[in-house]
Amino acid sequence: MAKRVAIVGTGQTYHKSHRPDVNGQELINEAVQRALADAELAIKDIDAILIGNMDHFEGINYVDCWSVDGAGGVMKPVIKITTGGTTGASLAIGGYHMVASGMFQKVLIIGWEKNSESDTTGAITTAFDPVWDRQVFAGAISGLAAEAQAYMARYGASDRDGARVSVRDRKHATNNPYAQLRKEVSLEDVLASPMLADPIHLLDVCPRSDGACAVIMANEDVAGRICPVPDWIWGTSAHNTQAMIGDVDWGRLKSMEQCATEIFKKAGIKEPRKELSVIEMYQPYSFAGLIWIEDMGIVGHGEAPRYIWDGNTDMGGELPVNPSGGVISCNPIGATGLIRCAEAAMQVMGKAEGRQVPDVKFAVSTGFGGCMWTNMLLHGKKKPN
Amino acid sequence: MDRAAIIGVGMTKIEANKSRETFADMAWEAVNKALNDAGMTINDIDNVVTTSSDFWDGRTISCMAVGDASGAAEKNLSCVEGDGTFGAFYGYTRALSGSYKTTLVTGHSKGSQCISSLITNSAFDPIYERGLGMDMITACAMQANAYMDRTGLKPEDTAQVSVKNHGNALKNPLAQLPMNISVEDVLKSEMIADPLRKLDCSPVSDGCCAIIIANESVAAKFKRKPVWVKGLSFCTDSFFFGDRDLARSNALAQAAGNAYRMAGIKDPKKEIDLVELYDAFTYQELLWLEEMGLAEYGKAANSLKKGEYNLDGRLPVNPSGGLLAGHPVIAAGLYRIAEVVLQLRGEAGEHQVGKAKTGLAHGVNGLCGQSHCVWILDQEK
Repeated sequence: MAKRVAIVGTGQTYHKSHRPDVNGQELINEAVQRALADAELAIKDIDAILIGNMDHFEGINYVDCWSVDGAGGVMKPVIKITTGGTTGASLAIGGYHMVASGMFQKVLIIGWEKNSESDTTGAITTAFDPVWDRQVFAGAISGLAAEAQAYMARYGASDRDGARVSVRDRKHATNNPYAQLRKEVSLEDVLASPMLADPIHLLDVCPRSDGACAVIMANEDVAGRICPVPDWIWGTSAHNTQAMIGDVDWGRLKSMEQCATEIFKKAGIKEPRKELSVIEMYQPYSFAGLIWIEDMGIVGHGEAPRYIWDGNTDMGGELPVNPSGGVISCNPIGATGLIRCAEAAMQVMGKAEGRQVPDVKFAVSTGFGGCMWTNMLLHGKKKPN
Repeated sequence: MDRAAIIGVGMTKIEANKSRETFADMAWEAVNKALNDAGMTINDIDNVVTTSSDFWDGRTISCMAVGDASGAAEKNLSCVEGDGTFGAFYGYTRALSGSYKTTLVTGHSKGSQCISSLITNSAFDPIYERGLGMDMITACAMQANAYMDRTGLKPEDTAQVSVKNHGNALKNPLAQLPMNISVEDVLKSEMIADPLRKLDCSPVSDGCCAIIIANESVAAKFKRKPVWVKGLSFCTDSFFFGDRDLARSNALAQAAGNAYRMAGIKDPKKEIDLVELYDAFTYQELLWLEEMGLAEYGKAANSLKKGEYNLDGRLPVNPSGGLLAGHPVIAAGLYRIAEVVLQLRGEAGEHQVGKAKTGLAHGVNGLCGQSHCVWILDQEK
């Protein structure tokens, strides 16, 4: 029989654009120590370690083997999952399956990146097919700009709508001591910031960061003993929709719709807008904050701008999105998806301090990355049936 | 804990250079072979784990290159980076977690497109070690020296592994290097990194392997008699060579011990019928066998000399020819699992061994076997 799984501890670094004071292993170790302290566990209590990042950023091969001194993996089972931008969320999903399978009781999950050591866009560009796609599609921002343009054309949205999302997340980030960019901006600031790829302005998009995140998952036999209010994982899902650029239905994120449909059905959630308490979305740029909550089924197609202008996704609104400030405030890529998961867990566990949403019953965290890939986890205060 | 079985396998021929095939072409072939083997269609598969490496593929998010060809469109997908035995481990947990019933696992690589020494140099610490110019072959030469110094073995002792495995490959139509060679041929071959000569080293290879893992609730529904996963464990040693005893492998001893325990195996020397292990270099076959508890330390070469590890011996080791006869990095461990499955089904053709009820498959990650994964497969649940 499969075991039910909960998050019992989380830890993250204070993310910065550049951490010359630590090497990669030391960065990893900061997050691991915080997660162990949060769960009041020692490294000897951990049965297995799951780690991930994006290879071409730091240029370290076999990171699972290299990282053991920082991760605490000497003479333990260590495995690496790498799926691009989704890596952090894929790691969380991996931890879930490793614990749910019954193979391990307590698993430590680590996502990290030291982007200051990377040529980020150069590395991402190699993700695309060398013959058909690579010459016309550089880095991450070109695909995002294409998506935003398609959405604006289809639904009549404007760059002001995108900017409103940016204003929201950057305001939320001021409540999060771990975020890299903690400065409120106005709508005018966003629209006046340099244009990177039309319609994406500098303040619409994520930075690149040095940082790490660690999450400890445990099975139902021990979770309650480790943690008074564990964050139960109700479901996981991963879909991707692109092999070639031409395969994408630009302006819609089909993989998000597939994940949401699958998870909400499994958990019996019929009205996510009413039943979810908070969303931590891997939203690498502001326009995704419009498009993807539609694909998630929170509001209908084309309805996100109105919903967001009315303040529904702000702190104190009907369904706060990204209380942490989200990805546009902080983006250590291999950790980014796992930070979403950790932040959602902190919301359920009541540990989110200045960014806590009151009375969280269900939270959603997501990951996004290359090939229009979405990962999703549903977190809940109640133990799943 | 539920149990799981392997119900289908598919392997491409291992070749030096599949210049006409992309990663996706290779995956397509292996996946279709595995589906046909299992009597399944892609609709019977409910999730996919690919195994690849951004370094070996020269592509960021290397799984993107094979997702579609692995039938992952519309399905839950993930990607393990490392040896295929680790990818298969994750696939196995997904078949047991209550979320899915059937996992398709693939592993691919094209060594022909790689500069192996640069790729493996980047596995060393960037500040303290990389500048020394170390790569996998020079590192393993150090390990071979350490092992031979500790055990008193000579190059002619380790060379026998090459003779046996290239000879076994004569009977495996998928092997890249079937060769009828003598110990003298190995000792006369070009020196690559002392004490490793060319015929002590596995070749550069292209290939893809796919296996299908099923939860016990559906394992019997398909065409093949399931081959059961009885034991499975992996373990990682220290990173820096100075922190390790290079002449030994504590991580393998622990992984094998845990896998035997899970499988209820008390005396592995008696209960394991065949082994497919990660012989990237000749000395590794001996060292790994010893750390798996299948021979006394330093004594595997004696058993090898007596023919005990031959196809018709007491404990056939690498009846397929192993990595020495074809080494598609990343996929290599998955090939080991697929080969053991064929042996336990009695379908290995010319390289079929005699008694084959319980088999061991083994994979390695990192430098000089820093991390090991051990699978115990069995005809019976």
